[in-house]
Amino acid sequence: MPHTPHDESDFIHSEEFLRGLMKRQLRLSIACASAFLVLLFGLPLANYLAPGLMAIRIGGFTLSWLVLGILFFPYVWVIAKWFINRSIALEHEEVRAVAAVKQRNS
Amino acid sequence: MNVDPWILTFSAITVVVTIIMGFRSAKSSKSASDFFVAGRSVSVGWNASAISGEYLSAASFMGIAGMVMSSGYDALWYPVCYACGYLFLLLFIAGPLRRFGAYTIPDFAEGRYDSPLFRKIAVCFVLFIGFFYTMPQMKGAGVTLSYIFQGLPYWVGVAVVGVVITLNVALGGMKGITLVQAVQYWIKMFAISVPVFVLFAVYGGYGKNLSLNHSAHDTNPPPAIERTAGPAYGERLVLPEKTAPKDEAWIAPFGPLTTKAAKAADLTPEETRPYSLLYTFSLIVALVCGTAGLPHILVRFYTNPDGVAAKRTTMWVMILIGVFYVFPPVFGVLGRNFLPELYTGLSGIKGTDQVVLKLPTLIREKYGVLGSILSGITCAGAFAAFMSTFSGLLVSMTSALAHDVYGRMLKPTATPEERMKMFKWCAVIVGSVSVLLGSLVEPLEINFMVGQAFAIAAASYFPLLFMSVWWRGMTMKGAATGMLTGGLCALAAATVVNVSTLALDKGPMGRIFGGFAGINDFWKAHPLLRILAEQPAIWAVPLSIGLMILVSKATRRTVPADVRMKMLVLHAPEALGLKQEYIQEHQGAGH
Repeated sequence: MPHTPHDESDFIHSEEFLRGLMKRQLRLSIACASAFLVLLFGLPLANYLAPGLMAIRIGGFTLSWLVLGILFFPYVWVIAKWFINRSIALEHEEVRAVAAVKQRNS
Repeated sequence: MNVDPWILTFSAITVVVTIIMGFRSAKSSKSASDFFVAGRSVSVGWNASAISGEYLSAASFMGIAGMVMSSGYDALWYPVCYACGYLFLLLFIAGPLRRFGAYTIPDFAEGRYDSPLFRKIAVCFVLFIGFFYTMPQMKGAGVTLSYIFQGLPYWVGVAVVGVVITLNVALGGMKGITLVQAVQYWIKMFAISVPVFVLFAVYGGYGKNLSLNHSAHDTNPPPAIERTAGPAYGERLVLPEKTAPKDEAWIAPFGPLTTKAAKAADLTPEETRPYSLLYTFSLIVALVCGTAGLPHILVRFYTNPDGVAAKRTTMWVMILIGVFYVFPPVFGVLGRNFLPELYTGLSGIKGTDQVVLKLPTLIREKYGVLGSILSGITCAGAFAAFMSTFSGLLVSMTSALAHDVYGRMLKPTATPEERMKMFKWCAVIVGSVSVLLGSLVEPLEINFMVGQAFAIAAASYFPLLFMSVWWRGMTMKGAATGMLTGGLCALAAATVVNVSTLALDKGPMGRIFGGFAGINDFWKAHPLLRILAEQPAIWAVPLSIGLMILVSKATRRTVPADVRMKMLVLHAPEALGLKQEYIQEHQGAGH
């Protein structure tokens, strides 16, 4: 691959920038995914280990049914909202950082 | 033949309006790029409705309710994971793929590895997953038509709907236009929610109806008021002794769905529980990862002007589909209490899959015509559901056949006219195969089949997308080996399970597939293998990812030379303009 030299924007093409970029994004995604997976895989485990607790009735629902049939959805919306806000902010920070480096070099 | 005029009217209106809208918008937007760009002129709200409209299939509209009624709590994993799988897509895949500018998974496969060959391999799974996904849509059509026209054989309904939609697609209507899909969402939302509220008012709320099912953990169960006919507020009808699951098995986790295999092997309840847990986990993996790998879902992420709008749209999609998915299980709960006769049919045409259509007719007794109108509304919703998903799938499978298989492999020199002609023929071929497959699957549950399509997607496309986006050591050979092995294993496992289930059918399918009945003896002896074949995701996804890593390490030299640039395009903010730079470099390098 004949790489043309990128004089003024070398920082963008550096290994350091890419690594940092992927790391920050992956960290955010994994944090959100963990919050989601804890409930997703935790609920069957709770059903398995504490069937009595999960069978408690709340307004006719069993606790387990209430969580899975209704409460799960708003929980996921909160995670999604948080992720979207954070990832938009992250992109702004990155664009600003690149601009700052460019200014320093020129 | 006994036909309710209200039900017929509502259904006919939905079909006619959909076809007319499809043709009108197809006239104004002729090319594929119009389809992709269409969303740029519409707002986030319309676009989010369109994505949701395309996503909610017959499985969501009819299948979930049927499965909650037949299997109880365990079936709730389906709606939850259908809705929440979107989060996984949002977190790991949607953003990078949008920045990369690949419209479909085969586009991405080709662009990421600079390999037209890999595109051809990747395109096979559009067809595999597509056919598995059309079977339940066809079943939805068959069930709905034989409900509207009582006494009509199942296969006639499948054939009629299949032919109508295939012709519609072949003649150029229904190109997945944003407006049509958006309207379909609101039809479905209206059709699933309004009857629920009316039924709540007449027969008691969600919790009230659930509380009629006693679990062993209830300290002081309320007195069971059971009637033999004419349901009333806060009461329920007597359940058929043999065919309906018992209260405890139905309302508590690890019920009939997840214990079937172990029960068949005569294990004790205590021995069964770990198997059920395994089944549940595997189901979750299939549905969550599968959503991220469905071929027709990703396309819609590009019908937004920029990344921020795409993210806002995704948020709204998650809210729209999440709200929708609260309702279908309600039909299942009410159906158990008020339509126990559905249990007596096998899971086929008389079975629980038609509970959404039939339940509103209950209030005919008290409010006369209102019951027919509500049933007409849910039928209209069902039509919207299988029509929108089937035509979306038909378009993407036909394009794969016509553009990739014919246009790139068989005859790369074809003229545009030849291609257009081929598109029509491919639509007819795909449509006919779908009808044929659809007429075979009457005894299988709608939702179960969609789950299998998700499992195949989870073991093929999901690992491909996830690993290609986040690991730069991937090579084309690694990606292809993992995707093919994982995907084909899941496909084979699902097929064996379906064939063995069909062999048990007492109807015509049992005679066709009777030769495979012996597999069931094997399942009896090996319940663990049966669960792993029925829900293959828990081993097929790691197998696929593991092979990708192993083979990529072995073929390290063939990592694309400009992988750093590709990774930058995938991950750097769009505002930095790396995509344009990448395209220029590629053109400069002679691509």
